[in-house]
Amino acid sequence: MSSVQIRDVRKSFGNFEVLHGVSIPIEDGQFVVLVGPSGCGKSTLLRMLAGLENITSGTISIGDRVVNNVQPKERDIAMVFQNYALYPHMTVGENMGFSLKLRNAGSDEINKRVKRAAEILALTPLLERYPRQLSGGQRQRVAMGRAIVRDPQVFLFDEPLSNLDAKLRVAMRTEIKELHQRLKTTTVYVTHDQIEAMTMADKIVVMHDGIVEQMGTPLELYDKPENQFVAGFIGSPAMNFLKGHIRVNGVATFEGPNGVKLPLKTAPAASDGKPVVYGVRPEHFTIADDGADAEIVVVEPTGSETQVFAKVGGEQVVAVFRERHQFNPGDKVKLKPDPNVVHLFDEATGKRL
Amino acid sequence: MAVIAEPVAAQVKRSSLWTRAFESRNFLGAMFMVPAIAILILFLAYPLALGFWLGMTDTKIGGVGRFIGFQNFVSLSKDSVFWLSVFNTIFYTVFASIVKFAIGLYLALLLNERLPFKSMVRAIVLLPFVVPTVLSAIAFWWIYDSQFSIISWVLIKAGILTHYIDFLGDPWNARWSVVLANIWRGVPFVAITLLAGLQTISPSLYEAANLDGATNMQRFRHITLPMLSPIIAVVMTFSVLMTFTDFQLIYTITRGGPINATHLMATLSFQRAITGGNLGEGAAISNAMIPFLVAAILLSFFGLQRSRWQQGGRD
Repeated sequence: MSSVQIRDVRKSFGNFEVLHGVSIPIEDGQFVVLVGPSGCGKSTLLRMLAGLENITSGTISIGDRVVNNVQPKERDIAMVFQNYALYPHMTVGENMGFSLKLRNAGSDEINKRVKRAAEILALTPLLERYPRQLSGGQRQRVAMGRAIVRDPQVFLFDEPLSNLDAKLRVAMRTEIKELHQRLKTTTVYVTHDQIEAMTMADKIVVMHDGIVEQMGTPLELYDKPENQFVAGFIGSPAMNFLKGHIRVNGVATFEGPNGVKLPLKTAPAASDGKPVVYGVRPEHFTIADDGADAEIVVVEPTGSETQVFAKVGGEQVVAVFRERHQFNPGDKVKLKPDPNVVHLFDEATGKRL
Repeated sequence: MAVIAEPVAAQVKRSSLWTRAFESRNFLGAMFMVPAIAILILFLAYPLALGFWLGMTDTKIGGVGRFIGFQNFVSLSKDSVFWLSVFNTIFYTVFASIVKFAIGLYLALLLNERLPFKSMVRAIVLLPFVVPTVLSAIAFWWIYDSQFSIISWVLIKAGILTHYIDFLGDPWNARWSVVLANIWRGVPFVAITLLAGLQTISPSLYEAANLDGATNMQRFRHITLPMLSPIIAVVMTFSVLMTFTDFQLIYTITRGGPINATHLMATLSFQRAITGGNLGEGAAISNAMIPFLVAAILLSFFGLQRSRWQQGGRD
């Protein structure tokens, strides 16, 4: 186990820079999730950490050692690939023991460690099978087994669950988290799925267009997104955004599209008339007499909650209710955001106000 | 609905045997296979059967032969030229195939790497395959010429040799010379096919092996070779069959000489049957190739057949 320091790392392919100075401190034993839309550079960063891509500038250190020029095999890391990259001509046991075999470990030692990893991952009955004979979830576990057999300093996961069906993905999510709690190995996990990030991470790093937008614990990111991108990316259904202006007239209010008035707790200093984006999470709407006029468009019950799409000031917003309202499309209701938990962003820069 | 259905039913009843036959899946399936079967019988099965039959007769050109059983084979078994051609064929096949495989694999691995001018290099590698065999054979004939050989000329000008090499006049020189020509001719096929095989290996396997701590040599030994083995089996079967039955190169460069030192079974068969007019004996020599070819096919079939890891799904 080791800490990992990523300092001002840049990556260019030819003249095209894909990472523009990324710095991420990772503590020993932490589970860090790099999340962002495709093309944000998260997988490239992970591959640089693994040593599969060169580092254009900046440094990456594992423990106290700068690994910029260290060969992948000498970095003492294990990686789980998106397509698992299992060796098709080796059995599950051989796949898991391959790295030990290359290190000239004795066959007793290999057997012992493969057996232990197989027990952790419930792979013992499958050790003699070939990857072709396994289901997606089993292959996924073999890929993880191959990583844990080596007992490396750092685990790297590159979108490991994206080839699994929805139900299995949820199960594997828990399994990976449980594994991490058991082994406490520093883990860097790449995904584009913000739910995976929220549920698994000790620390989430939201990346976008080659920069880090925000780092923090899942709830920090959820409650205090630093900018509109993070606010919109974290959370499902996504946060509602309404463009408008701050009006300070005794009490601060937000004036949205078509003059719709929404409550604010306080306004930032000297912000009267400032163009802002008003952000409110779907679950922070309530039905209240002093709410804004809204017309219901679509109602989607999921059982535990109901998602309601409605027009507020001509803009569509989504609200989530845990209580069971009887809504029909076309109904007029009054929606009121909770002013304690609304978010304001600068319209020009997208920064949190 | 009933009004519409009635005339249809009546039509079915009236349909002829011919129409009904064409509606039967089995009959229609058989009909579709007729052209293929006809072509196979006419151009493959019939000549093969005729070859078998000719090998059992004493047919000469212009004459009708009579059945003589295995007499051709009995006389061949006492024929030292025939046995020499068997030796030559095996020698030719074994050495040419091994070297073709080695060079082909080397080139394929090289071309699979990031190279400058990669597509151009690939095109150049394919060149020997594109040139008509007889033309390249004639070129080799000149290269090996006892008076005009460019190899001898260069070596003499460089001061390494003092006299011209008699490439095609000495039995062993001639054997190695034709083997070399065959290698030159056959390498592109092996290289390009193996390259296609290499490109199907997922790069992430190499990355995983890299992280697992494999050196270049270990990656080749543990990833490339096992993953490539099915393609190698196919390529080498083809390569061995094509080399064993080679005719054009030998016939153009040496015609089997000197003193039958480069006669392959195929060229000897041609010489006895067409040039010499003994169709029966020539056919018998051709037939004698069959056991060798079948053995080569079986060897690759059993020795290198799909390994267990390639068969998915079953326990």
